[in-house]
Amino acid sequence: MDFERFIFYFFAAVLVFAAVRVITVRNPVHAVLHLVLAFFTCAGLWLMLEAEFLAITLVLVYVGAVMVLFLFVVMMLDINVSPLREGFIKYLPVGLSVAALIVIEMFLVVRARNFGTDAVAIPARHGADYSNTRELGSVLYTDYVYPFEIAAVILLVAMIAAIALTMRRRPETKYQNPVDQVAVKSNDRVRLVKMKAEERQ
Amino acid sequence: MNIALSEFAPLSTEIFVLTMACIILIIDVFVSDERRIISYVLSLATLLAAALISWNMLDNETAVVLNGTFVSDPMAALLKTSIFLITFGVFMYSRAYLVTRGIFRGEYYVLGLFAVLGMMVLVSAHNLLTIYLGLELLSLSLYALVAFNRDSAQASEAAMKYFVLGALASGMLLYGISMLYGATGSLDIAEITAALSASDEMGMIHIFALCFIVVGLAFKFGAVPFHMWVPDVYHGAPTPVTLFIGSAPKIAAFAMALRLLEQTLGGLAADWQDMLTILAVLSLAIGNVIAIAQTNIKRMLAYSTISHVGFLILGLIAANAEGYSAAMFYAITYALTATGGFGMIILLSRSGFEADQLDDFKGLNERSPWFALMMLILMFSMAGVPPTVGFYAKLSVLQAIIHVDMVWLAVVAVFFSIIGAFYYIRVVKLMYFDEPETEEPLHVSTDLQIVMSLNSLAVLGLGVFPGALLAVCAAVLVA
Repeated sequence: MDFERFIFYFFAAVLVFAAVRVITVRNPVHAVLHLVLAFFTCAGLWLMLEAEFLAITLVLVYVGAVMVLFLFVVMMLDINVSPLREGFIKYLPVGLSVAALIVIEMFLVVRARNFGTDAVAIPARHGADYSNTRELGSVLYTDYVYPFEIAAVILLVAMIAAIALTMRRRPETKYQNPVDQVAVKSNDRVRLVKMKAEERQ
Repeated sequence: MNIALSEFAPLSTEIFVLTMACIILIIDVFVSDERRIISYVLSLATLLAAALISWNMLDNETAVVLNGTFVSDPMAALLKTSIFLITFGVFMYSRAYLVTRGIFRGEYYVLGLFAVLGMMVLVSAHNLLTIYLGLELLSLSLYALVAFNRDSAQASEAAMKYFVLGALASGMLLYGISMLYGATGSLDIAEITAALSASDEMGMIHIFALCFIVVGLAFKFGAVPFHMWVPDVYHGAPTPVTLFIGSAPKIAAFAMALRLLEQTLGGLAADWQDMLTILAVLSLAIGNVIAIAQTNIKRMLAYSTISHVGFLILGLIAANAEGYSAAMFYAITYALTATGGFGMIILLSRSGFEADQLDDFKGLNERSPWFALMMLILMFSMAGVPPTVGFYAKLSVLQAIIHVDMVWLAVVAVFFSIIGAFYYIRVVKLMYFDEPETEEPLHVSTDLQIVMSLNSLAVLGLGVFPGALLAVCAAVLVA
């Protein structure tokens, strides 16, 4: 086994382990951390596929931003997990049989005879001057400009939806008005009151 | 690669709708609540103008542009025009309801326009990536619209169910698409068709991909056994949103089915015909039988939708031009009829009262003979009674299915639509022969009166003169 193959199997094993842990650990924070591990190993696998731009984006965007935010959300929400697990045993047989069925089906379809190296040509290896980033950039705004624009619209809709569903006007909350703060006069800040001195008792 | 500016010409409708949606979004921010009507009028104007633009493209040649991701053909032009007109009706119905419930906000119309944009993308997709993105744009807008009335726990629950099941279905579809990509090496519809016809035998990968794609499609249609979300979402969503979900997206789903099954996987027709047969028979049976047991009219119409989807799928099973044009006619006219049916619930509702029980229709004839007549036309159309348009829609689908020698399927369809006729006619009986439960007079705003009357009369008019629309449906498929 050459070194590259060893790395592949190593990453693949870690990925499967992490993915399984995501859904089996009891503590939600641990689940999120395992998801981070899964993303990291996935990025490693993508690097081996010469997709370095996507790999780095995965680490930067998902691990760096999305999962950290997610971790904050999980830590802040006080979710009682035990009611969520109540149906677990009840639905386990159904879930397992469906899963087994899908595994068998996938085994029949996604095996070497259909997707092996004799069915699909081995992709050519690129030289050291090959830049995955440049390749992506050259098709993103040309060949795929239409899907790219739709993806942008989808993000806009997500933003509108998030704001429409969560923004509430709360008249009772106290907030600072910068205009008033700037326009304030010294008279507004301190009020001098003349009082008669009280007699000493 | 340089893109010539002329390549964007076939996209003019999409660009127009997107621009207007963004403009309305910005204007809406600066408009006070009293003048919210501006966003409403602008949305209506957008839809009308877009309908004109796409109607003018009906005679254009088929053009595949932007590296094969977008196709502009007569079918797309016709379907887009009908989507615009039906959404126009939906928006008009919804104003009064939203105003009386204090949720008359610009987001409803903006999200509605984005959903329309998603439908447009779906209708003229020529690449599996575009199909998926169009579907997501449509679904995402709809999820948000269902949860739109955020103070209603019922609506939030419906939105959650819709979202989770919708995400699952999208995953199924995506998995099927990825298999197809693995097997053919392309996402372009034309290239996949070429690759499929080049391989002499249909491998297991293709069937596997087909299964997942059919499941994804069936979910979006709401066909049995992937129908569980339909009644809950229709029931829980605010009525104007139910109205929207139940009408125009069915046309888009039809277009998606045609693009995926006929244009992409036409070589596997024998396989998907069998799968669709199961879906169609189950939908007809379960939709019609369970609808009888419903007392909530929104749920009843949800099950009725399921049974109509069964009919629509029958047209696809025929797998020839006649069947497709019949299914297209069915999709368009059903969307029109469903708009009226849900619109009637809005019309009977008033502030603080939701007319979504069957009993609320009791004695409608005494309260308002005109609207009782309108509802009668709509119910007869759904049941398929001549001379309403529902009759011709069912007839043309049955004809198509009989011409491909599947008489037993036609018999099953007729059998279940006779069962279905029961609960449509029950509504008519409640309206005409029962005493009203309330003395509350009907207060209907003028725009609602106009759109309701136009809608029902269109159902009747298309039933008396179905020839023109039938001819257009047949013509756009041949071209």
